[in-house]
Amino acid sequence: MTAPAEENGGWRDLGAYLKSAGFRFATLFAVLFLAAMVGFAFMLWWGTAGTLSRQIDDAIRADALGLQEAWRSGGTAAVVDAIGERLAVDIDDHAIYLLADSAGLRIGGNLDRWPAVAQASWSWSADTVRRDGVAVPARMHHVPLGQGHRLLVGRDATDREKLRTLLSEALLWSFAVAVAFAIAGAAALRRALGERLRAASMTAGAIAAGDLTRRVPLSAQRDEFDQLGASMNAMLDRIDQLMVGIKGVSDSIAHDLRTPIARARMRLENALMSAPDEETLRAAMETTVADLDGISRVFQALLRIAEAEAGARRAAFAPFDLAQVLADAAEVYGALAEERGQHLQTSWPDKLEMVGDRDMVLQAIANLLDNAVKFTPQGGTIRLNASAPARDRREISVCDEGPGLAPEDRARAGERFFRADPSRALPGSGLGLSLVKAVAALHGGGLRLGDAQAGAERTGLEARLILSSRA
Amino acid sequence: MQILLVEDDAEVARFVKKGLQEAGHIVEHVANGRDGLFMAASEPFDLLILDRMLPGGVDGLRIVETLRGQGNKTPVLFLTALGAVDERVKGLKAGGDDYLVKPFAFAELLARIEALARRPAMEVPATRLAVADLEMDLLSRTVTRGGRRIEVQPREFRLLEHLMRHMGQVVTRTMLLEKVWDYHFDPQTNVIDVHVSRLRQKVDKGFDVPLIHTVRNAGYMIRADA
Repeated sequence: MTAPAEENGGWRDLGAYLKSAGFRFATLFAVLFLAAMVGFAFMLWWGTAGTLSRQIDDAIRADALGLQEAWRSGGTAAVVDAIGERLAVDIDDHAIYLLADSAGLRIGGNLDRWPAVAQASWSWSADTVRRDGVAVPARMHHVPLGQGHRLLVGRDATDREKLRTLLSEALLWSFAVAVAFAIAGAAALRRALGERLRAASMTAGAIAAGDLTRRVPLSAQRDEFDQLGASMNAMLDRIDQLMVGIKGVSDSIAHDLRTPIARARMRLENALMSAPDEETLRAAMETTVADLDGISRVFQALLRIAEAEAGARRAAFAPFDLAQVLADAAEVYGALAEERGQHLQTSWPDKLEMVGDRDMVLQAIANLLDNAVKFTPQGGTIRLNASAPARDRREISVCDEGPGLAPEDRARAGERFFRADPSRALPGSGLGLSLVKAVAALHGGGLRLGDAQAGAERTGLEARLILSSRA
Repeated sequence: MQILLVEDDAEVARFVKKGLQEAGHIVEHVANGRDGLFMAASEPFDLLILDRMLPGGVDGLRIVETLRGQGNKTPVLFLTALGAVDERVKGLKAGGDDYLVKPFAFAELLARIEALARRPAMEVPATRLAVADLEMDLLSRTVTRGGRRIEVQPREFRLLEHLMRHMGQVVTRTMLLEKVWDYHFDPQTNVIDVHVSRLRQKVDKGFDVPLIHTVRNAGYMIRADA
C-alpha cells in the first residue's frame, strides 16, 4: 500500500518541480542560450564553408564561360587547347575538365569518362569522380556546346570537404559543451532563485507561525530581491504598528473603561438595595443610562482613534474646502463660546483646498475648540486661525486663554486617557487630543502644543494642527 | 405603521418591538435573514428595521440589495453594531435610508423611524412651510411669525426648516447634526442645544405660545399645540 503512495509522491514532487517558477526561468534561460549558440554556428558556417563554396562556383562559372568562348571562336580544337593550357598552369592540381562528343566519348580534359550525376538537366552537380585513377570529391558544372558536344568544368573539393568536416566537428563539440553549460547554468539559476527567495519565505513562515518580530534579511546588493524584502519588511512594520495600536486600545479599554462601568454597576446595585421609593430608583437608573451613554461615547472615540491610526479611513479621503469646514466649526462652537461669555476670533484665507477626511478634520477642530471653550475663562478670547504655509501644508491653530499646559505634560497630552491635573475636575474623557493627534497623523501631519502668550501670567495653550493637503 | 424588524438578538428585538408597539406601530419580528427577506418581499410594510449581521446566510445588506433590485422602495433603517464609517457608507450604498449604531437610545430609533416614514410625503417640493402662525417662505428665504418678520442666520434657517418639515415629530441632536450641518462627528458638548436655544429666542420670545419644544431624553419638536 505504501509503495504506490510513495511513487505518487515522487511524481507529484516532479510535477511540482516542473511547474516551479525557478524551473521555468531556468528552461527559458537554457533555450535562449542554445538558440544563440545555433545562430552563432549558422553564421560561422555561412562565413567559412559557404564562402569557400561560392568562390569555387564563381571560378567554375568563369572557367566555363571562357571555354564556351573558345568553342565559338575555334571549335573542338580551340577548346582542347584551352583546356591543355589551363591544366598546365593549374599547379594546385584542382581543376577538372572534360570535353565529350555526342556519344559521350572523351575528346579532351583530365577525366576518364562522363560522370553519371552530370546527366541530369540540372547543370550543377557534386560527386566523387575518378581523376588520374584517384577518387576525389568534386564540384562540377556542365554546359552543352552544340553538335552534341558537351563540356564539363569542375574543381577538386577535397579542401572544402576537409574544412566542412573540421567545422562540423568543432561545432558539434561546442554544441555539446553549450548544452552542458545551459543545463548547468539553468540549474545554478534555479538554485540561486531558490536561495534568494528562501530567506523571505522562511521569514513569512515564521511570521505566519506567530513570531511578528522577524524581518527579511537584506543583502548588500540592493537588487530586486532586496527590494521585495524591503517592501515585505515595510509591510510587516505597518502590521506591527497596527497591532500595537490595537493592543493600546484594548489596554485602554481594560484599564479606563472599568472605572465608569464599575461606577454604573455600583449605582444600580445601590439603588436596587436601598432606594426608599420608586422615584429615587428611577433617578438612579436615569443617571446610569447617562453613564452608559458616556461609556459608549468613549468607546466610539477609542474606535475612531484606532480607525484613524490604522489609516483605514484613508478610504474616505476626498477633496474638500478646509475654509468651509473651519467656518462650520466656528459657527457651531462660536455659539457655545458666546453663551459662556467668550469671544471667538477667526481668520483664514477664502479658500483652503485639501484632500482628506472631512468628518475627521472637523472632529479634530471640534475637539480643539471644545478644549479651548472649556479652559478659557469668561470674557476671554479664543482664536481660531488657519493658513497654508506651503503648497501642500495646512496649519490650523487654536489659542485659548486657559491655564495652559506645563511643558512636562505636553508630551503626554495625546496619550489616551491622559488628563493634566488642572483639568481633572472638568468633564471630559482624556481622549480629545488623542483623536486630534491620530487625525493629524492620518493626514500626514502632527499636533504641536505651545504657549499662546509666552511670559504672561496665564500662558494659555496654543494647539497647532498641521495637515498635509495631499492624500 | 406596519414595521418589519429583522434582528437576531432576542433581547434587543423584544425591547424594540415593545417600544414601537407602545408608540402605536404594528411590528412583525423575524430572527433570521432568509425569513426577513421572504417577509419583506411578500408583504407590504411601511418600514424595515434590519440588523446587518444575521444568521441564515442572508445578511441585512443582501436583503436591501435584493429588495431594491426588485424595485421595492420601502424605507430601510439599519440597526447594527458595525459602527465604522466604511460600514455606514456600505449600508447606505446598498440602498439603506438610515443607519443607527448599537448601543442606541430608543428615542433616537423612534425619531429616526418616524422621520423615515414621513419622508416620501415631504419630498414634494414645497415653497412655504407653516406651523401655527409661524411661516417660512423657502423661495425668498424669509421667516415670519404672526406677520412679523424674524431675522435668522442661514444656518438657523436650515435648522428651523428641518424642524418644520418634521412638524410634530421628535428630531434628535444627532439627526440635526447630520441633516443641518451635514457632518458625522461627536460634538462632545451640548453645542446643538445652544443653537436650538438661540433659534428659540428668536422664534418664541415675545409670543404666548411656544412652538419649539424640548423632548426630554430625546431631542426637539416643533408643534402648534402647547
